[in-house]
Amino acid sequence: MSFIPHSEADRREMLDRIGVSDVRDLYDDVPEELILEGDLGIPEALSEWEAVRELNRLAGENRSLVCFAGAGQYDHHVPAAVDHLIRRSEFYTAYTPYQPEVSQGTLQVIYEFQTMVCELTGMDVANASMYDGPSAAAEAAVMSRAVTRRGRVLAARTVHPHYRKVTDTYLRGLGGKLELVPAGPDGLVDPEALSAALDGDTACFLVQYPNFFGCIEELEPIAEVVHEAGALLVVAADPVALVLLRSPGELGADIVVAEGQPFGNAPSFGGPVVGLFAARQKLVRKMPGRIVGATVDTEDRRGYVLTLQTREQQIRRAKATSNICTNQGLNALAATIHLSLLGREGLREVAESSVQNAHYAWRRLQDVDGVTPLFPDTPFAREFAIATRENSRSILERGFEAGILAGVSLSRFASLEAPDGLLLAFTEKRSREEIDRLVDVLAG
Amino acid sequence: MAGFPLKGETTPTIFEKSEPGRRGTQMTRSDVDTRPLDELVPARHLRAEPPRLPEVPESEVVRHYTELSLKNHHVDRALYPLGSCTMKYNPKVNEDTCRLEGFAGLHPFTPQASAQGALQLMYELAEMLKEIAGMDEVTLQPAAGAQGEMTGVLLMRAYHIANGEGDKRRRILFPDSAHGTNPATAAMAGFDAEEIPSNASGCVDLEALRDNLDDTVAGLMLTNPNTLGVFESDILEISRLVHEAGGLMYMDGANLNALMGVTRPGDMGYDIVHFNLHKTFSTPHGGGGPGSGPVGVKEHLAPYLPVPKVVRREDGSYGLDWDRPESFGKLHGFYGNFGVMVRAYTYMRMLGRRGIRETAEASVLNNAYLTALLKDDFDLPYGRGMHESVFSGTSLKKRTDIKTMDVAKRLLDYGFHAPTVYFPLNVPEALMTEPTETETKQELERYAAAMQSIVREAETDPELVATAPHTTPVSRLDEGRAARQLDLKWSFPEDTDA
Repeated sequence: MSFIPHSEADRREMLDRIGVSDVRDLYDDVPEELILEGDLGIPEALSEWEAVRELNRLAGENRSLVCFAGAGQYDHHVPAAVDHLIRRSEFYTAYTPYQPEVSQGTLQVIYEFQTMVCELTGMDVANASMYDGPSAAAEAAVMSRAVTRRGRVLAARTVHPHYRKVTDTYLRGLGGKLELVPAGPDGLVDPEALSAALDGDTACFLVQYPNFFGCIEELEPIAEVVHEAGALLVVAADPVALVLLRSPGELGADIVVAEGQPFGNAPSFGGPVVGLFAARQKLVRKMPGRIVGATVDTEDRRGYVLTLQTREQQIRRAKATSNICTNQGLNALAATIHLSLLGREGLREVAESSVQNAHYAWRRLQDVDGVTPLFPDTPFAREFAIATRENSRSILERGFEAGILAGVSLSRFASLEAPDGLLLAFTEKRSREEIDRLVDVLAG
Repeated sequence: MAGFPLKGETTPTIFEKSEPGRRGTQMTRSDVDTRPLDELVPARHLRAEPPRLPEVPESEVVRHYTELSLKNHHVDRALYPLGSCTMKYNPKVNEDTCRLEGFAGLHPFTPQASAQGALQLMYELAEMLKEIAGMDEVTLQPAAGAQGEMTGVLLMRAYHIANGEGDKRRRILFPDSAHGTNPATAAMAGFDAEEIPSNASGCVDLEALRDNLDDTVAGLMLTNPNTLGVFESDILEISRLVHEAGGLMYMDGANLNALMGVTRPGDMGYDIVHFNLHKTFSTPHGGGGPGSGPVGVKEHLAPYLPVPKVVRREDGSYGLDWDRPESFGKLHGFYGNFGVMVRAYTYMRMLGRRGIRETAEASVLNNAYLTALLKDDFDLPYGRGMHESVFSGTSLKKRTDIKTMDVAKRLLDYGFHAPTVYFPLNVPEALMTEPTETETKQELERYAAAMQSIVREAETDPELVATAPHTTPVSRLDEGRAARQLDLKWSFPEDTDA
């Protein structure tokens, strides 16, 4: 089926008015030799029902597992009202709010979103969203270079390998690269090692909070040495952990980025999700992406507009702070509604339940032979890593048989320089019974 | 005239609707034996107060966001003729298929054996895009058009480095009519972005191109049809010249809707093309995103595509190949905007091979018809485009003092969104109009009548147009004040008092 609305009579009348006899006459500018002969080699059309049947079949090939995998994407419950609201076509069939008078809905949502991101991160200003956490980290690195006019970008080796890879890719385009600072034996950044790596050409240091292994970094001493060297501190955070932990803003971060998926967005095989991006006030004019500001209309009523657009590609072109245009607006809307529905207490409960579940699993695993915590004495929130005597992939296989996704294998990521093992993540959805089954899988 | 509901109504922020102690949705509480939080996480790490999120019951949250939604223009309301944005109808079934639990609930680190359906869908989507574009390989990873462009210029870079010319080829050319993301992307990837002038018909000036081509050029970024809606008839010669100089041809696929099934970028000599699934393939724009910007390339660039690559193995299973030593790296945390891919795949399977071509033809037919209806009312400096035409309000302004921005604002009162205005930059008072194929003849006539009515108003009652819109939730907003007195988040009363 197609979505072309014309009757044959309409079509004929339109061609007559245009003054051509065939629609292909409108392709006169295309050289004859470029006109495709015959049909494309793609399947024949399907009716709506046939398409749904085919999509159902494909979806059915994906197996649903009880999820203990995290590493940037978390299996939280999303209240039903979130999806009902983002399915309002007033939201999802609108474009970027270029005409603010008929886009006040989208614009006010973004203003509320920016406020919530600032509350979570402890920062002064936030933008309207980035593609995801990793690209937000990459943009923060690029921005740090522009702010400091310095070239080097450092990251802790304990930052998520995908965040590092994406950041490195963006930097290589600019003739740079991401340099890694090793962690100490406790899995945390060693401020002395960091201090030795920093120099007068260092633009920023990227650290994850909690880090990839779930360890809660000590941000204050890190911020101190980074600032001493005149560099910026960029923190990539788990936004759920931020509900309980002291905010990066309070601890000295200059830019905070995060993967906002846990708020209102399904994992959806990794996308679409939503990158959060927040910074100190003094950096606002160097920020990438859309920013919404409040103002007044001609009758002094409060309203919202895209602002500071002279930073952006549609005005500044080659001198823009970033090339980003389309962002993740609908995912930011989902996050905003999710956070409104949970509210101050609800979100705290979700975070605390996740932490309680993680620590219960940790206690249970103390007695399991062949499994040892990677960093036994380091504080963690809702995610932690274990070293496994057995090959982690065979444990995942066993979990699969039991309907359980038993974490993420550390052996996927050579750049971590970690022993084989698993990274385990917990949300409020995991019951005690499910955690006990996970322990059974890990015990063999 | 179709005005908005909520004219002049201000909606307080969700924070102003908060009352301490109220609860929204009840979430699951942990059923393990719990311990006090500070026994689990040292107190020095814990924040004193949770973030100040609003405390609002579920019913009020739903009303709040429902009220805000009513303040948006959207495709399901009426024509949304933003040029180069391809605001076509978004089929409802796409919104169902992308939410199937087997897709939406899939964790990106699910073992490949448990994600076969998702991987097959991605593989087949890439195959269809390859066929439509006439390309040899496609990556689905870029999250939007601009990230597709980034992919494209990083591919250029990797290619020239591999040929030992990385240091030399530092310039990327693009025409003066290009979308802002082209130069912004080139600059963000460390290239010198250089504009070349268009000729009198709005196309690439071959002389100017020749003058700018040498062994320092990495490539040319060229939208086709270009942003004026005009097909670059010299495309084969342009490709030949660029290739002869050792450069690569990049097509910004923003305007692919006009061409699919009729002619293919790969046959025109392009080496790289990005697709916008959120334009051409009907996925919704979501008030600014998410998009999806897959990139197709010719064989000689395939080794440099980002990791991982979706592959079909010899045993018929599907997988992710991370072992690609020549890859330039990675741009998305995982595999791209998968949920958007599901929507586009659903759409493409429904259209099928003929429907895709007929869609392109109908988009061109609709634009030609709308252009025929409006050609006597507005200037058309570069003539009728294919899927979009760029009108100019220059004569109207001379005659009446009414600017394109006023026309755009007055259109909102008639219940339509405005075209893209003041772009492309080489057309003064531009009204870049793209109706798309999903609009009926009657809707196009309704829109043309509104535009003609506005011209009459400009002549007889210019004040009415100059002060428009009059029926929207707010009137014209003070953008200067927004930039001068930055107010980027809600001020909590306790902060203001302090």
